[in-house]
Amino acid sequence: MGHPIQIILTRQLAGYLSVPIFLVDPAGDLLFYNEPAEAILGRRFEETGAMPAAEWGSVFTPVDDGGRPIPPEDLPLMVTLAKRRPAYKRFFIKGLNGARRHLEVACIPISGLQGEFLGAAALFWELAE
Amino acid sequence: MRATLFGTRGSLATPGPETTRYGGNTSSVEVRSADGAILAIDAGTGIRRLGMQIPPGTARIDILLTHLHMDHIQGLGFFGPLYNPGIDVHIWGPASSTLPLEARLSRYLSPPLFPVHLRDLPRVTCHQIPRPAFDIGPFRVATALVCHPGPTVGFRIEADGGVVTYLSDHEPALGLSDGRWPTSAWISGYDLAAGADLLIHDAQYTDEQYEHCLGWGHSTYRHAFEFAARVGAKKIVPFHHDPSHGDEMLDRLLADAVQRFGPACEVSAGREGMAFEVPPGT
Repeated sequence: MGHPIQIILTRQLAGYLSVPIFLVDPAGDLLFYNEPAEAILGRRFEETGAMPAAEWGSVFTPVDDGGRPIPPEDLPLMVTLAKRRPAYKRFFIKGLNGARRHLEVACIPISGLQGEFLGAAALFWELAE
Repeated sequence: MRATLFGTRGSLATPGPETTRYGGNTSSVEVRSADGAILAIDAGTGIRRLGMQIPPGTARIDILLTHLHMDHIQGLGFFGPLYNPGIDVHIWGPASSTLPLEARLSRYLSPPLFPVHLRDLPRVTCHQIPRPAFDIGPFRVATALVCHPGPTVGFRIEADGGVVTYLSDHEPALGLSDGRWPTSAWISGYDLAAGADLLIHDAQYTDEQYEHCLGWGHSTYRHAFEFAARVGAKKIVPFHHDPSHGDEMLDRLLADAVQRFGPACEVSAGREGMAFEVPPGT
Protein backbone atom coordinates (compact mmCIF):
# COMPACT_ATOMS: atom_id res chain seq x y z
CA MET A 1 0.00 0.00 0.00
CA GLY A 2 1.45 3.32 -1.04
CA HIS A 3 1.73 6.34 1.21
CA PRO A 4 -0.69 9.27 0.80
CA ILE A 5 0.64 12.09 -1.35
CA GLN A 6 0.86 14.37 1.69
CA ILE A 7 3.33 11.96 3.31
CA ILE A 8 5.30 11.55 0.08
CA LEU A 9 5.57 15.32 -0.35
CA THR A 10 6.60 15.80 3.28
CA ARG A 11 9.41 13.33 2.76
CA GLN A 12 10.49 15.16 -0.37
CA LEU A 13 10.50 18.45 1.51
CA ALA A 14 12.49 16.92 4.37
CA GLY A 15 15.06 15.72 1.87
CA TYR A 16 15.80 19.31 0.91
CA LEU A 17 16.07 20.76 4.43
CA SER A 18 18.90 21.05 6.90
CA VAL A 19 16.50 20.79 9.86
CA PRO A 20 16.34 17.25 11.27
CA ILE A 21 12.89 15.82 10.58
CA PHE A 22 11.27 12.55 11.60
CA LEU A 23 8.14 11.48 9.75
CA VAL A 24 5.74 9.02 11.36
CA ASP A 25 2.42 7.41 10.50
CA PRO A 26 -0.69 7.68 12.71
CA ALA A 27 0.53 4.76 14.84
CA GLY A 28 3.87 6.44 15.47
CA ASP A 29 5.84 4.08 13.29
CA LEU A 30 8.83 5.88 11.81
CA LEU A 31 8.43 6.17 8.05
CA PHE A 32 11.40 8.35 7.21
CA TYR A 33 14.05 10.62 8.64
CA ASN A 34 16.31 12.94 6.70
CA GLU A 35 20.09 13.16 6.70
CA PRO A 36 20.30 15.80 9.46
CA ALA A 37 18.16 13.54 11.63
CA GLU A 38 20.54 10.66 11.07
CA ALA A 39 23.08 12.43 13.24
CA ILE A 40 20.59 12.52 16.13
CA LEU A 41 19.42 8.97 15.73
CA GLY A 42 22.93 7.73 15.14
CA ARG A 43 21.95 5.53 12.22
CA ARG A 44 21.42 6.12 8.52
CA PHE A 45 17.97 5.72 7.04
CA GLU A 46 19.46 3.60 4.28
CA GLU A 47 20.50 1.13 6.99
CA THR A 48 17.38 1.09 9.11
CA GLY A 49 14.51 1.82 6.74
CA ALA A 50 11.17 2.28 8.45
CA MET A 51 10.97 1.31 12.13
CA PRO A 52 8.09 0.41 14.46
CA ALA A 53 7.26 2.97 17.14
CA ALA A 54 8.55 0.76 19.95
CA GLU A 55 11.91 0.30 18.28
CA TRP A 56 12.79 3.84 17.33
CA GLY A 57 11.15 5.36 20.41
CA SER A 58 13.49 3.39 22.65
CA VAL A 59 16.57 4.85 21.00
CA PHE A 60 16.28 8.05 23.00
CA THR A 61 16.27 8.56 26.74
CA PRO A 62 14.46 11.87 27.17
CA VAL A 63 14.99 13.69 30.47
CA ASP A 64 14.03 17.12 31.78
CA ASP A 65 16.27 19.90 33.08
CA GLY A 66 16.66 18.06 36.35
CA GLY A 67 17.60 14.77 34.72
CA ARG A 68 14.23 13.16 35.49
CA PRO A 69 12.82 10.84 32.80
CA ILE A 70 9.96 12.31 30.79
CA PRO A 71 6.93 10.03 30.49
CA PRO A 72 6.31 9.06 26.85
CA GLU A 73 2.84 10.62 26.87
CA ASP A 74 4.40 14.03 27.61
CA LEU A 75 6.71 13.98 24.61
CA PRO A 76 5.58 16.31 21.82
CA LEU A 77 5.28 13.63 19.16
CA MET A 78 3.07 11.53 21.42
CA VAL A 79 0.92 14.59 22.14
CA THR A 80 0.55 15.27 18.42
CA LEU A 81 -0.36 11.66 17.69
CA ALA A 82 -2.82 11.43 20.58
CA LYS A 83 -4.47 14.83 20.23
CA ARG A 84 -3.79 15.51 16.55
CA ARG A 85 -2.55 19.01 17.24
CA PRO A 86 0.84 20.72 17.17
CA ALA A 87 3.04 20.24 20.22
CA TYR A 88 6.35 21.63 21.43
CA LYS A 89 8.83 20.80 24.19
CA ARG A 90 12.42 21.44 25.20
CA PHE A 91 14.30 18.54 26.79
CA PHE A 92 17.50 16.50 26.84
CA ILE A 93 18.20 13.15 25.22
CA LYS A 94 20.94 10.61 25.14
CA GLY A 95 21.42 9.23 21.68
CA LEU A 96 22.84 5.90 20.60
CA ASN A 97 26.39 7.11 21.10
CA GLY A 98 25.65 8.17 24.68
CA ALA A 99 26.12 11.86 24.01
CA ARG A 100 23.76 14.19 25.84
CA ARG A 101 21.94 16.61 23.58
CA HIS A 102 19.75 19.58 24.46
CA LEU A 103 16.87 19.75 22.02
CA GLU A 104 13.71 21.58 21.30
CA VAL A 105 11.19 19.62 19.33
CA ALA A 106 8.16 20.87 17.43
CA CYS A 107 5.65 18.41 16.02
CA ILE A 108 2.89 19.05 13.54
CA PRO A 109 0.01 16.82 12.55
CA ILE A 110 -0.28 15.96 8.87
CA SER A 111 -3.96 16.14 8.08
CA GLY A 112 -5.49 15.74 4.64
CA LEU A 113 -7.92 18.02 2.83
CA GLN A 114 -10.90 16.42 4.51
CA GLY A 115 -9.24 16.41 7.91
CA GLU A 116 -8.10 12.79 7.77
CA PHE A 117 -5.13 12.17 10.06
CA LEU A 118 -2.20 10.82 8.06
CA GLY A 119 0.72 11.09 10.47
CA ALA A 120 3.05 13.66 11.97
CA ALA A 121 6.37 15.36 11.41
CA ALA A 122 8.77 16.07 14.27
CA LEU A 123 11.30 18.87 13.76
CA PHE A 124 14.32 18.69 16.05
CA TRP A 125 16.53 21.66 16.87
CA GLU A 126 19.72 21.19 18.89
CA LEU A 127 20.53 23.89 21.44
CA ALA A 128 23.93 24.87 22.70
CA GLU A 129 24.31 23.55 26.29
CA MET B 1 -13.75 -1.57 -22.37
CA ARG B 2 -12.64 1.08 -24.86
CA ALA B 3 -10.75 4.30 -24.17
CA THR B 4 -10.98 7.06 -26.78
CA LEU B 5 -8.92 10.25 -26.73
CA PHE B 6 -10.91 13.42 -27.43
CA GLY B 7 -8.35 15.88 -26.05
CA THR B 8 -4.62 15.32 -25.72
CA ARG B 9 -3.23 18.83 -25.27
CA GLY B 10 -2.03 20.30 -21.99
CA SER B 11 -2.42 23.78 -20.55
CA LEU B 12 -4.10 25.52 -23.49
CA ALA B 13 -6.14 24.51 -26.51
CA THR B 14 -3.94 24.86 -29.60
CA PRO B 15 -5.94 24.41 -32.80
CA GLY B 16 -4.07 25.12 -36.00
CA PRO B 17 -2.21 23.57 -38.90
CA GLU B 18 0.70 22.59 -36.60
CA THR B 19 -1.44 20.34 -34.42
CA THR B 20 -3.77 18.56 -36.81
CA ARG B 21 -2.42 15.06 -36.18
CA TYR B 22 -1.95 15.04 -32.39
CA GLY B 23 -4.80 17.44 -31.82
CA GLY B 24 -5.29 20.79 -30.20
CA ASN B 25 -8.07 20.11 -27.70
CA THR B 26 -7.26 19.91 -24.01
CA SER B 27 -7.62 16.76 -21.95
CA SER B 28 -10.71 14.64 -22.28
CA VAL B 29 -10.97 10.86 -22.61
CA GLU B 30 -14.01 8.67 -22.97
CA VAL B 31 -14.02 5.24 -21.36
CA ARG B 32 -16.90 3.07 -22.50
CA SER B 33 -17.68 -0.37 -21.12
CA ALA B 34 -18.73 -3.35 -23.18
CA ASP B 35 -22.34 -2.76 -22.14
CA GLY B 36 -22.24 0.90 -23.16
CA ALA B 37 -21.76 2.70 -19.84
CA ILE B 38 -19.82 5.94 -20.33
CA LEU B 39 -17.22 7.78 -18.30
CA ALA B 40 -15.83 11.11 -19.49
CA ILE B 41 -12.48 11.75 -17.85
CA ASP B 42 -11.64 15.42 -17.60
CA ALA B 43 -13.58 18.20 -19.23
CA GLY B 44 -11.02 19.98 -21.34
CA THR B 45 -12.13 21.37 -24.67
CA GLY B 46 -12.18 17.84 -26.07
CA ILE B 47 -15.29 17.00 -24.08
CA ARG B 48 -17.45 19.09 -26.43
CA ARG B 49 -16.97 16.59 -29.23
CA LEU B 50 -17.18 13.68 -26.83
CA GLY B 51 -20.64 14.94 -25.87
CA MET B 52 -21.72 15.00 -29.50
CA GLN B 53 -21.09 11.27 -29.83
CA ILE B 54 -23.21 10.09 -26.93
CA PRO B 55 -25.68 7.50 -28.25
CA PRO B 56 -29.37 8.43 -28.18
CA GLY B 57 -31.15 6.96 -25.19
CA THR B 58 -28.18 7.29 -22.85
CA ALA B 59 -29.60 7.92 -19.39
CA ARG B 60 -26.46 8.60 -17.35
CA ILE B 61 -22.95 9.93 -17.88
CA ASP B 62 -20.25 10.31 -15.24
CA ILE B 63 -17.57 12.96 -15.60
CA LEU B 64 -14.39 12.34 -13.62
CA LEU B 65 -12.31 15.47 -13.07
CA THR B 66 -8.70 15.12 -12.04
CA HIS B 67 -8.53 18.72 -10.86
CA LEU B 68 -9.94 22.11 -11.63
CA HIS B 69 -7.19 23.78 -13.59
CA MET B 70 -8.75 25.56 -16.55
CA ASP B 71 -7.50 23.18 -19.23
CA HIS B 72 -9.40 20.37 -17.50
CA ILE B 73 -12.75 22.09 -17.07
CA GLN B 74 -13.01 24.62 -19.87
CA GLY B 75 -15.13 22.34 -22.02
CA LEU B 76 -17.59 21.52 -19.28
CA GLY B 77 -20.04 24.25 -20.16
CA PHE B 78 -20.07 23.03 -23.75
CA PHE B 79 -20.83 19.40 -22.92
CA GLY B 80 -24.22 18.91 -24.55
CA PRO B 81 -25.61 16.28 -22.16
CA LEU B 82 -25.49 18.84 -19.32
CA TYR B 83 -28.46 20.56 -20.94
CA ASN B 84 -30.40 17.40 -21.75
CA PRO B 85 -33.13 16.82 -19.16
CA GLY B 86 -33.17 13.15 -20.12
CA ILE B 87 -29.59 12.51 -18.96
CA ASP B 88 -28.31 12.35 -15.40
CA VAL B 89 -24.80 13.81 -15.26
CA HIS B 90 -22.66 13.00 -12.26
CA ILE B 91 -19.49 15.04 -11.77
CA TRP B 92 -16.74 13.59 -9.60
CA GLY B 93 -13.86 15.86 -8.62
CA PRO B 94 -11.63 16.99 -5.77
CA ALA B 95 -12.77 19.44 -3.14
CA SER B 96 -10.40 21.82 -1.39
CA SER B 97 -10.06 22.05 2.36
CA THR B 98 -12.39 25.04 2.40
CA LEU B 99 -14.79 24.66 -0.53
CA PRO B 100 -16.88 21.74 -1.75
CA LEU B 101 -16.59 20.66 -5.39
CA GLU B 102 -19.81 22.35 -6.47
CA ALA B 103 -18.72 25.72 -5.09
CA ARG B 104 -15.31 25.42 -6.73
CA LEU B 105 -16.84 24.56 -10.12
CA SER B 106 -19.32 27.39 -9.79
CA ARG B 107 -16.50 29.87 -9.85
CA TYR B 108 -16.20 29.04 -13.53
CA LEU B 109 -19.79 28.03 -14.32
CA SER B 110 -21.32 31.35 -13.36
CA PRO B 111 -21.20 34.93 -14.64
CA PRO B 112 -19.08 36.73 -15.57
CA LEU B 113 -16.97 33.79 -16.81
CA PHE B 114 -19.94 31.78 -18.10
CA PRO B 115 -23.56 32.73 -18.72
CA VAL B 116 -25.15 29.66 -17.11
CA HIS B 117 -25.06 28.82 -13.42
CA LEU B 118 -24.09 25.28 -12.53
CA ARG B 119 -27.07 25.16 -10.18
CA ASP B 120 -29.45 25.88 -13.07
CA LEU B 121 -28.46 22.81 -15.06
CA PRO B 122 -31.24 20.24 -15.03
CA ARG B 123 -29.83 16.98 -13.69
CA VAL B 124 -26.30 17.46 -12.40
CA THR B 125 -25.00 15.90 -9.20
CA CYS B 126 -21.55 16.57 -7.76
CA HIS B 127 -19.50 14.04 -5.79
CA GLN B 128 -16.25 14.72 -3.99
CA ILE B 129 -13.13 12.63 -4.37
CA PRO B 130 -10.79 11.09 -3.41
CA ARG B 131 -12.73 8.49 -1.52
CA PRO B 132 -12.41 4.74 -1.14
CA ALA B 133 -12.84 2.82 -4.38
CA PHE B 134 -16.41 3.03 -5.67
CA ASP B 135 -18.56 1.58 -8.42
CA ILE B 136 -20.16 3.41 -11.34
CA GLY B 137 -22.24 0.84 -13.18
CA PRO B 138 -19.76 -1.75 -14.48
CA PHE B 139 -16.72 0.38 -13.58
CA ARG B 140 -14.69 0.02 -10.41
CA VAL B 141 -13.02 3.38 -9.85
CA ALA B 142 -10.08 3.96 -7.52
CA THR B 143 -8.82 7.47 -6.84
CA ALA B 144 -5.87 9.01 -5.04
CA LEU B 145 -4.31 12.42 -4.73
CA VAL B 146 -1.14 12.67 -6.81
CA CYS B 147 1.82 14.98 -7.19
CA HIS B 148 0.59 18.16 -8.90
CA PRO B 149 0.00 21.65 -7.51
CA GLY B 150 -3.41 21.88 -5.83
CA PRO B 151 -5.78 19.01 -5.08
CA THR B 152 -5.35 16.65 -8.04
CA VAL B 153 -6.34 13.02 -8.36
CA GLY B 154 -5.57 10.15 -10.69
CA PHE B 155 -7.97 7.38 -11.66
CA ARG B 156 -7.73 3.62 -11.93
CA ILE B 157 -10.70 2.20 -13.81
CA GLU B 158 -11.38 -1.49 -13.90
CA ALA B 159 -14.05 -3.10 -16.07
CA ASP B 160 -14.50 -5.98 -18.49
CA GLY B 161 -11.31 -7.63 -17.25
CA GLY B 162 -9.07 -4.66 -18.00
CA VAL B 163 -7.46 -1.70 -16.23
CA VAL B 164 -7.12 1.86 -17.52
CA THR B 165 -5.10 4.32 -15.44
CA TYR B 166 -5.35 8.03 -16.11
CA LEU B 167 -2.71 10.40 -14.72
CA SER B 168 -3.00 13.48 -16.86
CA ASP B 169 -1.12 15.96 -14.70
CA HIS B 170 1.51 14.17 -12.72
CA GLU B 171 5.08 14.78 -11.60
CA PRO B 172 6.12 11.56 -9.88
CA ALA B 173 9.78 12.41 -10.46
CA LEU B 174 9.66 15.49 -8.22
CA GLY B 175 12.35 15.15 -5.59
CA LEU B 176 14.13 12.14 -7.04
CA SER B 177 17.61 11.90 -5.57
CA ASP B 178 20.20 11.65 -8.36
CA GLY B 179 17.46 10.35 -10.64
CA ARG B 180 16.94 7.28 -8.45
CA TRP B 181 13.34 6.23 -7.86
CA PRO B 182 12.28 5.31 -4.32
CA THR B 183 10.51 2.10 -3.40
CA SER B 184 6.98 1.72 -4.69
CA ALA B 185 5.23 2.94 -1.52
CA TRP B 186 6.89 6.34 -2.00
CA ILE B 187 6.03 6.83 -5.66
CA SER B 188 3.09 9.12 -6.36
CA GLY B 189 0.35 7.29 -8.25
CA TYR B 190 1.95 3.86 -7.95
CA ASP B 191 -1.08 2.01 -6.61
CA LEU B 192 -3.32 3.52 -9.26
CA ALA B 193 -1.08 2.42 -12.11
CA ALA B 194 0.28 -0.91 -10.91
CA GLY B 195 -0.06 -3.48 -13.69
CA ALA B 196 -2.37 -1.28 -15.78
CA ASP B 197 -3.21 -2.51 -19.27
CA LEU B 198 -3.33 1.08 -20.49
CA LEU B 199 -1.57 3.98 -18.76
CA ILE B 200 -2.53 7.43 -20.05
CA HIS B 201 0.16 9.66 -18.59
CA ASP B 202 1.48 13.19 -18.60
CA ALA B 203 4.51 13.78 -20.86
CA GLN B 204 4.35 17.52 -21.32
CA TYR B 205 7.94 18.63 -21.16
CA THR B 206 11.22 18.09 -22.91
CA ASP B 207 14.18 17.50 -20.60
CA GLU B 208 15.26 21.10 -21.19
CA GLN B 209 11.83 22.51 -20.39
CA TYR B 210 11.62 20.48 -17.20
CA GLU B 211 14.71 22.17 -15.80
CA HIS B 212 12.80 25.45 -15.83
CA CYS B 213 9.45 24.00 -14.76
CA LEU B 214 10.44 21.82 -11.81
CA GLY B 215 7.52 21.54 -9.41
CA TRP B 216 4.91 22.66 -11.92
CA GLY B 217 3.40 19.20 -11.79
CA HIS B 218 4.30 17.64 -15.12
CA SER B 219 6.54 14.96 -16.55
CA THR B 220 8.95 14.39 -19.39
CA TYR B 221 8.89 11.39 -21.70
CA ARG B 222 11.71 9.94 -19.65
CA HIS B 223 9.75 10.29 -16.41
CA ALA B 224 6.66 8.81 -18.01
CA PHE B 225 8.58 5.81 -19.37
CA GLU B 226 10.39 5.22 -16.08
CA PHE B 227 7.14 5.48 -14.15
CA ALA B 228 5.48 3.02 -16.54
CA ALA B 229 8.35 0.59 -16.04
CA ARG B 230 8.15 0.94 -12.25
CA VAL B 231 4.44 0.19 -12.14
CA GLY B 232 4.61 -2.58 -14.73
CA ALA B 233 2.17 -0.97 -17.15
CA LYS B 234 1.59 -2.93 -20.34
CA LYS B 235 1.08 0.09 -22.60
CA ILE B 236 1.66 3.79 -22.11
CA VAL B 237 0.03 6.67 -23.93
CA PRO B 238 2.05 9.84 -23.31
CA PHE B 239 -0.17 12.90 -23.62
CA HIS B 240 -1.01 16.32 -22.17
CA HIS B 241 1.27 17.64 -24.88
CA ASP B 242 2.81 21.05 -24.39
CA PRO B 243 1.07 23.80 -26.40
CA SER B 244 4.40 24.72 -28.01
CA HIS B 245 4.94 21.22 -29.41
CA GLY B 246 3.58 20.85 -32.93
CA ASP B 247 3.08 17.57 -34.76
CA GLU B 248 6.57 17.37 -36.20
CA MET B 249 8.19 18.14 -32.89
CA LEU B 250 6.07 15.51 -31.12
CA ASP B 251 7.12 12.96 -33.75
CA ARG B 252 10.75 13.78 -33.02
CA LEU B 253 10.30 13.81 -29.25
CA LEU B 254 8.71 10.40 -29.24
CA ALA B 255 11.26 8.84 -31.58
CA ASP B 256 14.12 10.32 -29.61
CA ALA B 257 12.68 9.27 -26.26
CA VAL B 258 12.06 5.71 -27.41
CA GLN B 259 15.62 5.48 -28.70
CA ARG B 260 17.24 7.00 -25.61
CA PHE B 261 15.17 5.51 -22.83
CA GLY B 262 14.01 2.20 -24.26
CA PRO B 263 10.56 2.03 -22.68
CA ALA B 264 9.69 -1.29 -21.09
CA CYS B 265 6.23 -1.40 -22.60
CA GLU B 266 4.39 -0.55 -25.78
CA VAL B 267 4.11 3.20 -26.50
CA SER B 268 1.54 5.15 -28.49
CA ALA B 269 1.79 8.93 -28.25
CA GLY B 270 -1.68 10.28 -27.62
CA ARG B 271 -3.51 11.63 -30.64
CA GLU B 272 -7.05 12.89 -30.79
CA GLY B 273 -9.36 10.18 -32.06
CA MET B 274 -7.17 7.28 -31.00
CA ALA B 275 -9.09 4.43 -29.40
CA PHE B 276 -7.74 1.53 -27.36
CA GLU B 277 -9.43 -1.74 -26.52
CA VAL B 278 -8.67 -2.76 -22.94
CA PRO B 279 -7.56 -5.42 -22.51
CA PRO B 280 -6.27 -5.63 -26.08
CA GLY B 281 -8.22 -7.81 -28.47
CA THR B 282 -11.53 -7.48 -26.63
